[in-house]
Amino acid sequence: MATEIVMPQMGFDMKEGKVARWLKKEGDPVRKGEPIAEIETDKAVVEMEAFGAGVLRKVLVHEGRTVPVGEVIGFIGAPDEALPGTASAPAAPAQAPAAPAEAKRPVAPAVAPAPAAPGGEVVASPIARKLADEMHVELRQVTGTGPGGRITKEDVLAYVEKRKAAPAPAEAPARPAAPAPAGEQVIELSKMRLAIARRMAESKRTIPHFYVQVAIDMTEAMTLRKGLNEALGGGVKVSVNDMIVKAVAATLGKFPLFNASYVDDKVHVHPQVNIGIAIALDQGLIAPGILDANRKSLVEIARASRDLAERARQGVLKAEEYTSTTFNVTNLGMYDVDNFTAIITPPQSAALSVGAVKPQPVVRDGRVVVREMMVVTLCIDHRVTDGAQGGLFLKELRAALENPVSLLL
Amino acid sequence: MATITYREAISGALHEALQADPRVFIMGEDIGDYGGSYAVTKGFLKEFGPDRIRDMPIAESVIVGTGIGAAMGGMRPVVELMTINFSLLALDQIVNIAAKIHYMSGGQITVPLVIRTVSGGGNQLAASHSQSLEGWFASMPGLRVAVPATPYDARGLLRTALKDNNTTIFVEHSLLYPLKGEVPDDWYTVPFGKAEVKRQGKDVTIVSYLRMTQVALRAAERLAQEHGIEAEVVDLRTLRPLDVEAAVESVKKTNKCIVVEETWRTGGFGAEVVGQIQEAAFDFLDGPVMRVAGKDVPMPYARKLEQAAIPSEDDIIRAVKAPA
Repeated sequence: MATEIVMPQMGFDMKEGKVARWLKKEGDPVRKGEPIAEIETDKAVVEMEAFGAGVLRKVLVHEGRTVPVGEVIGFIGAPDEALPGTASAPAAPAQAPAAPAEAKRPVAPAVAPAPAAPGGEVVASPIARKLADEMHVELRQVTGTGPGGRITKEDVLAYVEKRKAAPAPAEAPARPAAPAPAGEQVIELSKMRLAIARRMAESKRTIPHFYVQVAIDMTEAMTLRKGLNEALGGGVKVSVNDMIVKAVAATLGKFPLFNASYVDDKVHVHPQVNIGIAIALDQGLIAPGILDANRKSLVEIARASRDLAERARQGVLKAEEYTSTTFNVTNLGMYDVDNFTAIITPPQSAALSVGAVKPQPVVRDGRVVVREMMVVTLCIDHRVTDGAQGGLFLKELRAALENPVSLLL
Repeated sequence: MATITYREAISGALHEALQADPRVFIMGEDIGDYGGSYAVTKGFLKEFGPDRIRDMPIAESVIVGTGIGAAMGGMRPVVELMTINFSLLALDQIVNIAAKIHYMSGGQITVPLVIRTVSGGGNQLAASHSQSLEGWFASMPGLRVAVPATPYDARGLLRTALKDNNTTIFVEHSLLYPLKGEVPDDWYTVPFGKAEVKRQGKDVTIVSYLRMTQVALRAAERLAQEHGIEAEVVDLRTLRPLDVEAAVESVKKTNKCIVVEETWRTGGFGAEVVGQIQEAAFDFLDGPVMRVAGKDVPMPYARKLEQAAIPSEDDIIRAVKAPA
């Protein structure tokens, strides 16, 4: 019995996904668990695994096409088994019922190239077919605007334009580059790097960022941390970042606008607080989430973050872990960085950049003392909220971290 | 270079042929004393005399038949059928003798005959005097059919016809006679079987001939001005031999084609043009090759009805803009 490949739900609010790239061709063998396609959601490009073993028998939804979650996009099965009828597969708009008397096609049945597909043959003009062939366009993906839904040359060209604008890695037409000057090294970007490049550029292009900064006195927190880790006895270690995550999660509970997304002139406040912690990998950066962080204890957060870092390095994160984050925390403290400003990861509307904890001279009660100081920068989407709220958020965060016992509650 | 009318271009070519070659002579109704019903042979009788400019009775079969006989005998006659409607009375002579005798005699007999005639409507001459039948002759092996749209082509094609050893149906249009155009002072000819791009464009190919080429050119101007569409107009110039190469090359560029002709749509020669174009340019077409042609009616006498029956600039513009 053939296994259906279904557009997966890869995020709690995911409604549809785009098949960015098939990693297997029809006829290729597939092992259970092997990555079979790259699915693009509005949050990330994610690999999906095969849930069955066999051969990729049929691709129903081709690269570049977006379908609702749950739709069958292909079949895995034995090389010779019959595939179930796929009457449920919605026909592309281009498939007008095979044109009646107008049928200009003088093609003898023996010559018919197009596979008999569920919705019938695609109606496309000769030049449209020629172009589609040359430009590697799957006609089923194209919307036809000619009479009777015929795909015209314009339609194919419009599709190619759209495909260029879409960030599918499958596209990549080699632009004839100027010959590199001697000694210059040209680096091919990894999938992850490309995805980051695209997402960050889009973020900066569309989100009006502004930044609010505060220096937090972490002296008490560092003391508490030491004591905690001694008490825990080595099984789990609580890090500075874990405490920050806990504090941020609690603060987000009180400032829900920072746990939201700006979509089409509306702000969607998320019910779950999923804090993404940025983890550096060889090939780039990933920010898997500690889900429901505001309902986890500090120790649970510590365990979760350790586990995430471990699995991130092994490359075995679950898709929902990095597609459902609502607020990211990036910590560059380990590099002794004083402070920095991050770029908000869409569709989030805020993020926290964390610097190193360093002994600094500060003024307390009119006297200069040395305290463990850490500067954080809150990055905010100005469409959602503004400076005053940012200030209040940081005030709350700072209060939590400067009275760290509250983190144990 | 001189700017002359279509009428003058034809008249001049006849005049120079009469002067250069004593074998050339003209026969037709009202071509001598009257100077030609469209004034093409005005003054010829006086200049060349009644032996070479011969008024004939209203007997088209005789006109063509004697022309055939003279041609077979070594002369190079130019006969006139006042309108192509009257060719119906000479069809047997044209189709069964003029077109075929060279073949049927195993090449022994030639009929170097030019049959000049006027095609088309638009003058309220009603059903029996407004037909466009040149397409019929274009189907016949053995004939040449010339359909000039400009003074330049008229003179150039007529010169070629006068030198050709086959029978040429040289088709003129009454509404084209006053059309002015540039014609070189030096000798030139226009070959049979060579269409010409009269206007360059990238958005759509309009193929036409005779008066419809002029209508298409005006429609193309309006398409550019009013709709930002650049039409390429291909003028066939001769229907037999037929050259679709220019049209096919054009379609490879524009991916859209419309064939415009004055005759009735059903079975009009335009259908042949469409057939040849789609055979050669199928893979380049964004839609079927469409036709704009005369309505399938006997030509009405009433002015507005007549205008509605003949393809207009508006009809062409509408066809270009319609999804097809």
